[in-house]
Amino acid sequence: MSSAREEILGRIHAATRDVPESEKADDVAVTRSYRQRHEASRDELVELFAERVADYRATVHHVRRASVADVVAEVCEARGATRMVAPADLPTEWRPSDGVEVIADENLSHEQLDGIDGVITGCAVGIAETGTIVLDGGPRQGRRAISLLPDYHLCLVEADQVVGGMPEAVSVLVDGVRSAGRPVTFISGPSATSDIELDRVEGVHGPRTLEVLIVGADPRTTAS
Amino acid sequence: MSGPSPSFPESARVALANTQLRRNMGYATQTIRAKRALVVDELPDWEELRETGRAIKESVLRHLDEHLEALEQSVTRAGGQVHWARDADEANRIIAGIVSGHGATEIAKVKSITSDEIKLNEALAARGIEAIETDLAELIIQLDGDESSHFLVPAIHRNRAEIREIFLEHLDVDELSDDPRELAEAARLHLREKFLSARVGVSGANFAIAETGSVLVVESEGNGRMCTTLPPVLISLMGIEKVLPTFQDLEVFLQLLPRSSTGERMNPYTSVWTGTSEGDGPQEFHLVLLDNGRTAVLRDEIGRQTLNCIRCSACLNVCPVYSRTGGHAYNSVYPGPIGAILTPQLVGIHAAESLPYASTLCGACYEVCPVKINIPEVLVHLRGKVVRHKQAEHSGWRARLDPEAAAMAAMARVFSSRARYERAQRLARLGQAPLARRGPISHLPGGLMSGWTAMRDLKALPQRTFREWWVERDGSRADA
Repeated sequence: MSSAREEILGRIHAATRDVPESEKADDVAVTRSYRQRHEASRDELVELFAERVADYRATVHHVRRASVADVVAEVCEARGATRMVAPADLPTEWRPSDGVEVIADENLSHEQLDGIDGVITGCAVGIAETGTIVLDGGPRQGRRAISLLPDYHLCLVEADQVVGGMPEAVSVLVDGVRSAGRPVTFISGPSATSDIELDRVEGVHGPRTLEVLIVGADPRTTAS
Repeated sequence: MSGPSPSFPESARVALANTQLRRNMGYATQTIRAKRALVVDELPDWEELRETGRAIKESVLRHLDEHLEALEQSVTRAGGQVHWARDADEANRIIAGIVSGHGATEIAKVKSITSDEIKLNEALAARGIEAIETDLAELIIQLDGDESSHFLVPAIHRNRAEIREIFLEHLDVDELSDDPRELAEAARLHLREKFLSARVGVSGANFAIAETGSVLVVESEGNGRMCTTLPPVLISLMGIEKVLPTFQDLEVFLQLLPRSSTGERMNPYTSVWTGTSEGDGPQEFHLVLLDNGRTAVLRDEIGRQTLNCIRCSACLNVCPVYSRTGGHAYNSVYPGPIGAILTPQLVGIHAAESLPYASTLCGACYEVCPVKINIPEVLVHLRGKVVRHKQAEHSGWRARLDPEAAAMAAMARVFSSRARYERAQRLARLGQAPLARRGPISHLPGGLMSGWTAMRDLKALPQRTFREWWVERDGSRADA
C-alpha cells in the first residue's frame, strides 16, 4: 500500500516541477474579498431566515419563549405525531405540554427510530441567506440518526442563533470540528428530488416534513 | 472509459435522431439554466466568490502532495484509515477487500461519478458484491441497465412513463401511476430496508479538508445522509484533486456549488464527517484517494485548471452542443464541455481525440464556471495536441497527404509573404466567380469543403480589397 502512496506523491512532485521549490503551500496568497458579514439587524436577519426556510416548503413559526411547550404540542398534534424522539438533553421547556409522548434517545436502534413519528431537536446555527439549519451533534441536537429516520423533523432555532451567511455559519462551526471532530449536517428544507423530469418532489429518504420554530423572535406575531 | 469507443460525431448523430431525448434535454437544460441565473444574480459578491474559488483550487494544485499528506494525517488522527490507489483496478481491489473483510455481500451506495469512472459496481459484482444505487436517478438507470447522461440529474433523458415501466418491472409493486410523487414513494419504500440492513456504505466526496480530515457529501434526497450515517462501515472514494486546505474554504465552495449545480441557494442536505464519532454514525471509516490519470492532467500547465472542477454541471446546461446531444454522445462518465477537456486528459488524447472538437468555442461554459476553468482555452490547447499526435503517428508522406495538414501548410506559406498573399487573393476571386454569382456562396464543391456550407453561407470575397482601393485612391489623388 505504501508503494502506491509514494508513487502518487512522486508523480505529483514531478508534475508540479514548474512550482519553485522555495514556494510553500501557505505562500500562495488567496484573496477573500467576498462578503464576510451581513450588515443587517437581528430582526431583519430572522425575518429573512424565516422567509428563506419557507421558500423550501418547510413550515415556519415565530414563538414566544414562554409558549414553546404549547406550540410544540400543537404542531405535533396537527401532524398527527404522537410519539416523538428527542435528544436526552432537550430542555424541559421545549417538551410538548401534553398529548405527545417524548422518547429520549438512549441508544435506540435504527429500526426503533424508523418506527417513531418524528423528532424534536435544536440546532447549532441558522443561516438567513440560504434558509439553512445546521446540526453538529452539540447541545439539544443528539446524534445524526435521530433527525434522519423519523419522517417529521421539528427543529427549534433560537433567534440569536441566526447568522447572515455561510461565512458567519462556518466560523460558528469550525471550533467544534477542529477540536472534537463534530459531524455537521446542513439542512435546507425537507428531503427533495427533481430526478423525474425536474419535477420537485418533497421527501425521498430524509424527513418529508420539516417544521421550524423560531424561539423568542418576534413577540408580536406569536402564532402557529 | 478505455477501449475504442465511437467518435463524438458518430454518437451525436445517433443522439440527435432521438426526438424524445432532444425534447427532454432541451427542457432540462433550459430549466436549470434559468434557476441558476436567478440565484446567482441574488449574490452581490458572486464574482469575488468565483475568484476565491479559483485561487484556492490553484493553490491546492500547486502543492497537492503537501495537502494530501496533511489530509492523510488528519483523517488518521480522527479515527479513519487512508488508502492510496494509483488506478481504477487498485481502487476497486481496495474497496472490495474492505467489503469482503466484513463478510458483506451488499453495499448501499451514494451517487458518485468517480465510482462510475472506475466502474466500481461492475468490479464489485465480479467479486460477488452487489452495489445498490440509492440516488433516485441512479436507481432508475441501474435497474434498467442504462447509463448516466448528466452529472446532476443522471436520468434526465428518461421521462415519467418510462420510469414507471422500469419500476413496475423491477420493484416489488403492483400498481403505480406515473406521478413523480408516487414514483419517488416507491423508491423510498424499496430502499428504506436496504438502508437499515446495509453493513457497508460507499460514497464519493465533494470535498475533503486537509486541516481537519473532514469529508463532505452534498445531496438532495437524504440517501447520502443514510449511507454515511447508518451502516457501521463507511468507505469514501475521492479523486486526489478534491482536497481543500482549510475548513474555512467551505464557506466559498458551499456558496458556489449549490447555486451553480441545482440552481438552489443551498441543496437540501450537506453531510460533513470527520473520521469517526463515538456513538454517532459509522465506527469504521476508510478514505480511498484515487489518481487514475489525474497526475497526468496536473503535469500539463494549461490543462491543469481542469482539476479545479467541482462537478457542478453548470457548463453542461449552457452548452449549445450538450443541450442538444445529451451526455451519452461523449462516451464518457464526464460529458459536456468539462468532459470534452477532462476525458482526453485522463485517458490519453489518442483514446478520445474527437472530444476537443465537440464544442463551438462560444465560451458560455467559461462564463458560468464557478471556479473559472477556461474551457475554451484548454479545448484549443488539446486540439493542438490532437494535431501533433496525428502528425507524429503519420510521419512522412502520410502526414503531408492529410488534407487538413496540407491545407494548413499551404495557408502558412501564403500568409508568410505579402506577394503570395495578394496573388492568392486574386486567384481566389477568379476561382469563386462561378460560385458567387448571386452574392454569398451557398454551396462549396467537393466532399471536404462542402461541409463548411452544409449549414451556412460563405461570404464571397469582395471585388476589391482595402489595400487595392487605397493604392487606386492614392493614384487618382496624385493625378489630380
